Amino acid sequence: MTNAWTDIKNTDLVIVMGGNAAEAHPCGFKWVTEAKHHRGARLIVVDPRFNRTASVADVYAPIRPGSDIAFLMGAIRYCIENDKVQWDYVKNYTNATYLVNPEFGWADGLFNGYDEEKRDYDRTAWEYQLNEDGTVKTDPTLTDPRCVWNLLKEHVAAYTPEFVENICGTPRDRYLKICEMIGATSARDKVMTSLYALGWTQHSKGAQNIRGMAMLQLILGNVGLPGGGVNALRGHSNIQGLTDIGLLSNSLPGYMNLATEKETDYATYMSTRGNKPLVPGQTSYWQNTPKFMVSFLKAMWGSAATKENDWGFDWLPKLDVPYYDILRMFDMMSRGEVNLYFCQGFNPLLSFPNRAKVTEGLSKLKLLVTIDPLQTETAHFWENHGIYNEVDSAKIMTEVLQLPATCFAEDEGATVNSGRWLQWHWPGATPPGDAKHDTWILANIFLRVRELYRKEGGVCPDPILNLAWDYKDPYEPEPAELAQEMNGRALQTLYDPTDPTKVLVEAGKLLPNFGVMRDDGSTMAGCWIYAGSWTEDGNMMARRDNSDPGEIGTYLNWTFAWPANRRILYNRASCDLEGKPWDPARKLIEWNGERWAGFDVPDIAVTAKPETVMPFIMTPEGTARLFARKLMRDGPFPIHMEPFESPVENPFNAKLRGNPVARIFPHDLEQLGTSGDFPFVATSYRLTEHFHFWTKHSRVNAVLQPEFFVEISEELAAERGITKGGRVRVWSARGEVWAKAVVTKRIRPLICNGKPVHVVGIPLHWGFMGAARKGFGPNSLTPFVGDANIDTPEFKAFLVNIEPAAEEGASA
Amino acid sequence: MNIDLSRRSFLRLAGAGAAATTLGAMGFGAAEAATAAHVRAFKLTSTTETRNVCTYCSVACGILMYSRGDLAAGEKAELIHIEGDADHPTNRGTLCPKGAALKDFVKSETRATKPRHRAPGADTWQDISWEDAFDKIARAIKDDRDKNFIEKNAAGVTVNRWTTMGFLAASGGTNETGWLTYKTVRSLGVLGFDNQARV
Repeated sequence: MTNAWTDIKNTDLVIVMGGNAAEAHPCGFKWVTEAKHHRGARLIVVDPRFNRTASVADVYAPIRPGSDIAFLMGAIRYCIENDKVQWDYVKNYTNATYLVNPEFGWADGLFNGYDEEKRDYDRTAWEYQLNEDGTVKTDPTLTDPRCVWNLLKEHVAAYTPEFVENICGTPRDRYLKICEMIGATSARDKVMTSLYALGWTQHSKGAQNIRGMAMLQLILGNVGLPGGGVNALRGHSNIQGLTDIGLLSNSLPGYMNLATEKETDYATYMSTRGNKPLVPGQTSYWQNTPKFMVSFLKAMWGSAATKENDWGFDWLPKLDVPYYDILRMFDMMSRGEVNLYFCQGFNPLLSFPNRAKVTEGLSKLKLLVTIDPLQTETAHFWENHGIYNEVDSAKIMTEVLQLPATCFAEDEGATVNSGRWLQWHWPGATPPGDAKHDTWILANIFLRVRELYRKEGGVCPDPILNLAWDYKDPYEPEPAELAQEMNGRALQTLYDPTDPTKVLVEAGKLLPNFGVMRDDGSTMAGCWIYAGSWTEDGNMMARRDNSDPGEIGTYLNWTFAWPANRRILYNRASCDLEGKPWDPARKLIEWNGERWAGFDVPDIAVTAKPETVMPFIMTPEGTARLFARKLMRDGPFPIHMEPFESPVENPFNAKLRGNPVARIFPHDLEQLGTSGDFPFVATSYRLTEHFHFWTKHSRVNAVLQPEFFVEISEELAAERGITKGGRVRVWSARGEVWAKAVVTKRIRPLICNGKPVHVVGIPLHWGFMGAARKGFGPNSLTPFVGDANIDTPEFKAFLVNIEPAAEEGASA
Repeated sequence: MNIDLSRRSFLRLAGAGAAATTLGAMGFGAAEAATAAHVRAFKLTSTTETRNVCTYCSVACGILMYSRGDLAAGEKAELIHIEGDADHPTNRGTLCPKGAALKDFVKSETRATKPRHRAPGADTWQDISWEDAFDKIARAIKDDRDKNFIEKNAAGVTVNRWTTMGFLAASGGTNETGWLTYKTVRSLGVLGFDNQARV
């Protein structure tokens, strides 16, 4: 989230699209209710299903799964055509006025530079026109046809209300009503917030869905303001934290990237990360990357990381492909190219697509280790559970170790909420049986491996032997020690660069913030964005002062938010060019003539003069990007693409299937179905009574929602002769499931290009372990393909067929 | 950690001993003290209160856990109740149908409670000691890493990667667990490394 849960109360309009906050995030959704009741805010829900968020919406519109970009580009078109634009914001805080390379363009649903063989674009031309000094050419009058604004206008021209209605199946009157409501928030004193979740990410163009909304919010001037922003409602309690710390194939902590093998040494790696400002006077905060990188390497390898050995740069693995994401790993696994696999609090047998392929992969491992508080389906993948897990145990040669871990009630540490608050928690229960902390388990494994390398030698032992491990009890590092390691320390006394007599931080002391970090090895910090979370003043994440002086929901003394305890990102943009709030009634920070001050930590240098330093301090432009340059693989603007399995042809180019640059492995391509065999669109979703595959282990939740079902419309039920509560078989090109049919008015056929499209809703909470009845999940059916930029699997739009089935136990 | 007079400690003070002197000190008169003397003690007065955060979604509601026994004092603690933390700015005491049933998750019958091993081709688990499990894992890591680790690519560039091993990390775990996991997994040279954010 750019903002926080408690900030939603400041909004005038909430749009929930790509999520279902009332059911998946009920206590956060309370702040929507608060805004409705106390501010008169209104709520828009756009979703294939009339869910519980929709049931309290002012306007609900159905949409065909996988067509969100058409809707969003249509909304941008509406705003431009009807002058619903926050012009001062757009002209000054976005790249609307920048000129783009003349070779950039698009035709037939593709941008220039497409290579069908490689399934990739040559993105060279997706750039600005530069002056001789390397700065960007601009046209403040917005008349040059090559300025971003005019290109955007041209790009969205195709997304007429007719187009949107035909592609999305959204009735035109409701679509236009929503556009009108959205457009009204272009006023300086009106703000909209966007709440989304996996309904937007789990598509082969998920990142572009989110960009579409981000662009719309920028055009309306709604980013950086209280009650505004683009807000990802994250799924797990610490999915934000693990992303921050970089537990992803190609990540380093604090949103830095692992090097590729083309970056042969530290200097080469840094050479493309200079981040020289593209517009004079801009902050371009990533210029500090060397400080964060060296501090991270010092946290990893302590005194063994020296300038002479590039701070241990070579000890990090180097990528030969963009990343070894879960799809790639399970594809490799299915071909016998992976031997060992660890699942720590993760249940891939139910959460990764094409379950048959997942089972095949796990069956080819030599050793699978699960570290989990629960007995997961993954740990038991080799066990036969009839139709619910039809395997032949004797043929599966994988050795499995199931290690019992503690859960939240038994451990201590911080988890990071959607609003980036790091909240510390304490243990209050003795672990059951022989369950142990993950930290103890990992330390024991690591120390044994290290000992084997010490005794026996072996291949590349240095990164293991040199790993910093100076914990009081090496077998059980304490949460406080680990948190402080992430916050960082001064390894030598740090002096003020402008006044060498002044000591900033004494040697050995915890760092007060990331501003004092150095690239000369005199500081260490595991995760630079967490600097300030545990300082010499104590554990800032444990703070519990819930006062809110500005009554604007920032709660600055409640726990700690990264970065720098800032609660609303880009908050400089909540003020006009002169530094006054766009809406005086919604004041967050302002320029007082000398400095920025207010109820949040300013997201800009406190003495940075208005009118020179622009609010988007992380970009070399200082502005936000309506045109994404070459930073996304599938285009600098979002373009409508169909899901890989779709009953509708791509209207721009009937030959295109799915995202033209998304990676798909040959065997998975063969396993895609067509609407001839699989006429119905399926989508996965969550229920309010369940959390993923965890709560089926909880008796109360198992009673509340005991049994797997699929949800269909009355029309589809009639068409297929399916009765309410009857058993059905649902199948795709990859697998089949049996379920109880829930026949409702919540899902209605959508009319796309004049033809009805039926939607089958498939909730995801059942398996064969736990207290609930055995059942299936959508992943038995879903395709093995992901988003073109990050490879999040396409769970939200795929094709199935459905028919009535005999009751369980009866012969088929 | 609970230095302020919380709602609970107020009730504990008011209900537990029912000593007139204590009540007097709190400003109660004799009549109130007499009433308090025969009121049944509040159920949670003998429990230890611990502040925690819901483990499910990222709203991260504040929760209060009540246990018999004080873990911080080195005692065995049995969780008997969980409720929303009224002081928490986000949830202000409320919990959803998932959070309200958190205790049943903690005490689920299908928690993993001892290390177990499944041999190749077997259809049952065998118990295994932590020591034996760790030795087996360490041996497997060492042998496979030594065999399949790639120090240099075809161009002779140092790449130090190990792709026959993968690790999925838990986005339900703490930052501190995440950081220790990061250090351990990366130092081995593992690239097949993700958490639920990928999905």
